[in-house]
Amino acid sequence: MSPQTPAPATGGSGRGRPRVGPLAARRSTAPVLDVDALIDDPATGIVVCCGSGGVGKTTTSAALALRAAERGRKVVVLTIDPARRLAQSMGIEQLDNTPRPVAGVAGDGGLDAMMLDMKSTFDEVVLSQASPEKAQQILGNPFYVALSTSFAGTQEYMAMEKLGQIHAAAQADGTYDLIVVDTPPSRSALDFLDAPERLSSFLDGRFIRLMLAPARGPARLMSAGLGLVTSTLTRVLGAQILTDLQTFVAALDTVFGGFRARAQQTYALLQAPGTAFLVVAAPEPDALREAAYFVERLTGDAMPLAGLVVNRASPEPPGRLSADEAMATAGRLRASDPTTPTTELTAGLLRLHADQVRMTVREALLRERFAAAHPGVATAVVPALASDVHDLDGLRRVGDLLAGVVPSDDA
Amino acid sequence: MPPEEPGAPGRPTPDWPGVRLHVVTGKGGTGKSTVAASLALSLASHGRNVLLCEVEGRQGIARMFDVDPLPYAERRIAQGLRESADRTPGLVHALHIDPESALLEYLAMYYKLGRAGRALDRFGVIEFATTIAPGVRDVLLTGKVFEAVERNARNKGALTYDAVVLDAPPTGRISQFMGVSDELAGLAKVGPVKSQSDTMMRLFRSKRTAIHLVTVLEEMPVQETHDGIEELRREGLPVGGVVVNAVRPRDIGDADLERARAHALDRAAITADLRRGGVALEGEDGGPLVDGLLRTAHDHAERRALEEAQRALVAGFGVPVYELPRLAGGVDLGGLYELAAALREQGMA
Repeated sequence: MSPQTPAPATGGSGRGRPRVGPLAARRSTAPVLDVDALIDDPATGIVVCCGSGGVGKTTTSAALALRAAERGRKVVVLTIDPARRLAQSMGIEQLDNTPRPVAGVAGDGGLDAMMLDMKSTFDEVVLSQASPEKAQQILGNPFYVALSTSFAGTQEYMAMEKLGQIHAAAQADGTYDLIVVDTPPSRSALDFLDAPERLSSFLDGRFIRLMLAPARGPARLMSAGLGLVTSTLTRVLGAQILTDLQTFVAALDTVFGGFRARAQQTYALLQAPGTAFLVVAAPEPDALREAAYFVERLTGDAMPLAGLVVNRASPEPPGRLSADEAMATAGRLRASDPTTPTTELTAGLLRLHADQVRMTVREALLRERFAAAHPGVATAVVPALASDVHDLDGLRRVGDLLAGVVPSDDA
Repeated sequence: MPPEEPGAPGRPTPDWPGVRLHVVTGKGGTGKSTVAASLALSLASHGRNVLLCEVEGRQGIARMFDVDPLPYAERRIAQGLRESADRTPGLVHALHIDPESALLEYLAMYYKLGRAGRALDRFGVIEFATTIAPGVRDVLLTGKVFEAVERNARNKGALTYDAVVLDAPPTGRISQFMGVSDELAGLAKVGPVKSQSDTMMRLFRSKRTAIHLVTVLEEMPVQETHDGIEELRREGLPVGGVVVNAVRPRDIGDADLERARAHALDRAAITADLRRGGVALEGEDGGPLVDGLLRTAHDHAERRALEEAQRALVAGFGVPVYELPRLAGGVDLGGLYELAAALREQGMA
């Protein structure tokens, strides 16, 4: 099978033959994602937006949360790293790990927003699980500092931890009926879904157990090997590190069971029917590949997938002028004699049009392939806005687009 | 050191003559892998050999160059950018670095740990070291890059390179990634790891390294680039250039852009031009096609105005700036060479 060339334009399109161009391209067969139905459904309690970095996840989460709030829900949105001006407009400039009300939300619902502070979330868990003495020992250990700030997956795990906390509180006192979660820009989809599992399997790992009880039980059988291991580590890293590590592991052992139980709870919460996952992507091969991976993982792990959001789609160019025809016309105009004062402009407009046709054709093809490989995944296509989003009005516009509301012309 | 290449006529002298290690970072989604690959191709003109490394386990290089997934071994993947018919370009090799392989190689190389290395694996130490031990993962990845840069003719049989391009983690993590040796060295106060990471830091902080940042002309990426540059400077890491990626075509003049933003383009004249050019249009005023062209022009003008504001910010960063066009058809191998040529023309390589 040879790859399709985008926009194969024929020279004879003016002579009654079927047009070959953007409008003739086969449309993606994906069903349309009904965003309003999703956020209006009182059964939807949690919406998790996931996807690779740089696809507009934070904006999508915020826009969705605002839209739900203005349609009457009591919403809290957990964001990870919003753009500064967007954070300002939502009143969450500080990282204090507490949801703050967002001013300027219309309607009877409400919107709180929170920016996740990974380290203090982790600290809170330790403080709540260990005795004060033990907790201090853990918090000061260099390995803990590293684990709580740079362990791949910690941020993901903490986002889920915070989600669990807020969900439990909301269940208890009815503060919120919808939680929207923005996930960290993971290196890969794995980081996010596997974080709880990785953290607990790490804490449960053979190495950790060996460090805890080097001379006990079956470990004695391996003690020759272990001696080799510890002496190697000492050689490579130095004795101090090994001591720190042992202290760390011993201390963490106290909170260990707690971690595992919580990770499992969070995982179960994600699988529960009130949760909806939205996979966010951009119409680029890499982003869609990541999205495909997410979709497969979510399905494989029996996580409730609500649909795919394709952000930053190039706006559909108007009319039936193919890219090649537009370029040819631009060429003819530039070569024509005499030229008019607007010739250059018109040629420029044609070139812009051609560019846009090529991009939409390519994007439609990418989406179509995604739909072919993952049939039945409801999709919302959000056209790129001409300007950046950094206030509630901008978020409302994105919300409209998410819900498929066509903006008025001079918005 | 490679011999100084003679400057080809008609192109500027490269901006980074003494740099052996080009680190390419940027906000996610800005195209840093594309830029890293293009930079490698353009550095490899003139018979210079370049190694392109990736460390994030994504196999992006294999996809871009349309080759099989890369192993932990240096593979020849492409010929450099050909500058003129009479000059033979160099080669681009690629290496996919994963921390587990790097650790085993490291242990074998420096500690002659064949058996112990395997024992470590059996005890879960490799997994432990590469996932949690502070900074070890990063130091292993950068350690392999360091080795490739510092390799010389004395290493029998090993390929040597005139330049190494590293497709690095995103801006938010870069100074931690490059500077982790400090964190690790702080933890390991003495011992072999400390002296090794000290040597690595000497290279990373020297003039032989340049950390380039990729951005697009949008608010958030530009802000992140600004913050990234500040952070690198604070950490004493050498800031290279800023590569502005995916720049929109600029074939409409400033005055017309202004008019387009104000919805004041001369519709009748444009319609007449289009008819003269042979486009079939509906109605007196050109119908939906002209409506659409004017709307496209308006959106484009809005975007361009935002881009100009961001461009001015980037110009104020005080580092060389390179611009790459947005490729409407997507980036394929041919596109990479096109971008490589653009980088070369602007003196980045």
